[in-house]
Amino acid sequence: MSKEFTFEIDGRLVKAVQGDTIMQAADAAGVYIPRLCDTEGLEPQGSCRVCVVKQNGRSVSACTQPAIADSKVENETEEIQGYRRNLVRMLYHEGNHLCPICEASGRCELQAMGYRLGITQATKYPYLQPVRPVDASHPDIVLDTNRCIFCGRCIRASRDIDGKHVFEYVGRGIHKRVGVNGDRLAQTNVELTDRAIDLATCPVGCIIQKGKGFFAPIGQRQFDHKPISLGVAAVDPEEAE
Amino acid sequence: MAVKQPMNDQERVAFIDQVCRRYQFDRSRLMDILLDIQAELNGIEAPLMEAVAQRLSITRVEVEGMVSFYAFFSAHRQGEIVIRVSNDIVDRHAGAEEVARIFSEELQTPIGGDSEDGRFSLEFIPFLGMSDQAPAAMIGATILTRLTPEKVRTICARLKSGVAPSDLIEHYGDGNNAHPLVCAEVENGIRQRGDVLLCEGIVDGAALDSALRRTPDDLLAELSESGLTGRGGAGFPTARKWRVAADTAAERRYVVCNADEGEPGTFKDRVLLTERADLMVEGMTIAAYVIGAEAGIIYLRGEYAYLRAYLEDVLRQRRERGLLGETIAGREGFDFDIRIQLGAGAYICGEESALLSSCEGLRGEPKNRPPFPVESGYLGYPTVVDNVETFCCAARIMELGGAWFGGFGTGRTTGTKLFSVSGDCARPGVYELPFGITVQDLLDLVEAPDAAAVQVGGPSGQMINSGQFERRLCLEDLPTGGSVMVFSLHRNILEIVDHFLEFFVEESCGYCTPCRVGNVFLKKRIEKVRKGLCGAEDLGYLQELGKTISMTSRCGLGLTSPNPVISTIRNFPLVYAALLKSNGDGLEPSFDIQHALEESRRLAKRRSMIYDPTYDDA
Repeated sequence: MSKEFTFEIDGRLVKAVQGDTIMQAADAAGVYIPRLCDTEGLEPQGSCRVCVVKQNGRSVSACTQPAIADSKVENETEEIQGYRRNLVRMLYHEGNHLCPICEASGRCELQAMGYRLGITQATKYPYLQPVRPVDASHPDIVLDTNRCIFCGRCIRASRDIDGKHVFEYVGRGIHKRVGVNGDRLAQTNVELTDRAIDLATCPVGCIIQKGKGFFAPIGQRQFDHKPISLGVAAVDPEEAE
Repeated sequence: MAVKQPMNDQERVAFIDQVCRRYQFDRSRLMDILLDIQAELNGIEAPLMEAVAQRLSITRVEVEGMVSFYAFFSAHRQGEIVIRVSNDIVDRHAGAEEVARIFSEELQTPIGGDSEDGRFSLEFIPFLGMSDQAPAAMIGATILTRLTPEKVRTICARLKSGVAPSDLIEHYGDGNNAHPLVCAEVENGIRQRGDVLLCEGIVDGAALDSALRRTPDDLLAELSESGLTGRGGAGFPTARKWRVAADTAAERRYVVCNADEGEPGTFKDRVLLTERADLMVEGMTIAAYVIGAEAGIIYLRGEYAYLRAYLEDVLRQRRERGLLGETIAGREGFDFDIRIQLGAGAYICGEESALLSSCEGLRGEPKNRPPFPVESGYLGYPTVVDNVETFCCAARIMELGGAWFGGFGTGRTTGTKLFSVSGDCARPGVYELPFGITVQDLLDLVEAPDAAAVQVGGPSGQMINSGQFERRLCLEDLPTGGSVMVFSLHRNILEIVDHFLEFFVEESCGYCTPCRVGNVFLKKRIEKVRKGLCGAEDLGYLQELGKTISMTSRCGLGLTSPNPVISTIRNFPLVYAALLKSNGDGLEPSFDIQHALEESRRLAKRRSMIYDPTYDDA
């Protein structure tokens, strides 16, 4: 029998089973903890740090940290939201995120997170403006890593679900990027039907499916109407058909 | 010197096959496979990555992920001889930039590039571990110290005439540096021998002999009584670490020695590896006995590759003497052996879980914790990872007792500590002193009467001012893994801060957002401060950004990387104040109107009517 216990998130009592991460317990209880690299069905990796919470006063990533019985977790406090805003700003400034011309606008989780956290104007950080070549070699897929936020969702999906390991991090530090298994995407065995390419996998406009652009007009997409939260998927499955 | 004929493509693939076979096509030995290929072929180009990937049944991009992570691997073919100049702040102050420039000129090799004839490559590396004999460089695996312009010119002339790097050494250093398997110019620089580690007369095997007479539980109690804490800097109680590893149910357990001494300004493990290797291995062997491990790894930083043959020989001799291998010291069922894992130039691998990733043939990225390595470490088995000095201390404790060891130091930080002192002092080197000594006492010993600032604990530590020299070196006041860098009045504090940030930007693994991106932003803003383009509000920006980085980063690197900025804003406020611009012109401090106007003036061929007050159209 797995052991059940409770703990608090922002004063609200939440149930958990031994082994649950804070994120799993929160999701089950309907409490939203903001996140970018963590998504349903993939091993959590704790890299974006947007899900950072304080557990008994210590900051941890909710997606990887086991819940502790009777602990107090701070989620949407002023302090934590401040860190999250800074983290999301860092991601905006690290890549080229020009929402008005991006196909992902309205279904982009980074954009939606910016809105949710109240980032509505130009921010204080410098823009790094990367110039990485766009890979349009594949007949069905375009890869624009200038929009990549290094969440690793495509890497994990391709490795753990598709069993192909088409994507992997290469380089280190600020020079890190997502590489493909070959000189170009066309040389790999990636396919449109792979989970790695699924519209719900890439949270931004880095992986784009050719011929599917603007499947729903901008302005009529999920996050154009509802803030990113539990149960609001980036892509409405019916629209995407 | 016989000229090595370059291999053709077919021979290169055959060589790769041979290397992969050497490691039984084991994916977890990818570090070793790539190290061997890099050493022989001077680079691991895409077709070679493909050949490795095929043989290990992985994808090429996984191999590329490895090659592009470690500084000592190259995705293109480098020169036959790679020259790496140590670029830490102490080496820079001692003239590292000029050294690199002369290498570059004499060998016709750009810094960060290769010579046209393919013979040489030249690059800076963040820290070689020789700042007590700076400036220093690594030529192939050979280390040359106290470089002067004349010495570099002589070295270059000899390299050009075909002299092998190992034949460049003119005199050997003291102690085991002159050992036939070391043959290094490096000097130990031992300035003060304490009672625990650097004292004479330590008898090989005495600690193990004493330990094997007692039960593991008994030894854990002894270790606990000693109060020994990890010597790498974090200061975690060693007994607790060993206890958890021993108590975690598992089929196998591992003991790993962290000899990836990468924190700029620390070089004491270099001395222990040279002079106390047996003691270190003995500590590891006792740890294996206590936790029930059959295998161990010494993770030796790539910069210390010159010590590898010697350390292999130490292990071999211990096997011959029955102190390592099967049935150790005649005890049935006590089997333990050690392999050496060479690193390849990554500061982050000094972080214990990143070190384990590297041992597993992965990118040197820290792992998510929990589970901690003592519960699930190397290949998922409980693993004790301790610093070189920690294992040496543990061995001494087993011989002479926890109470004896606890008699040194402060109540909370027991024992002696090896301090690596470098920078602006007359006697740089290694000092073994009890924990709790004041900074001033240490400065007196190293003869640094002009010290104006001391960096305690390396770039990730704290910079203190002369009013704080009465503070004590111990966990309860100023913790340090051993690095103490002394700076005199004529050093530029913000140049040092900027340099430390550059170090963190280069050495961040890039796994998590705050460390990967935030450190770049910190550095950019400090550059602006140095140019006089910041106002008082920029200090708030730096502090807030620093706090976000340290509060949200995934491992100790990001937790501590803002320290150079945060500690100097606190301890050297006047240095900042002198550079901050008052907002007199009503413009953003970062905006320099005169600079911005310059191009317009040039194009319009006239001055600004508004901003050039003496403007006269006539």
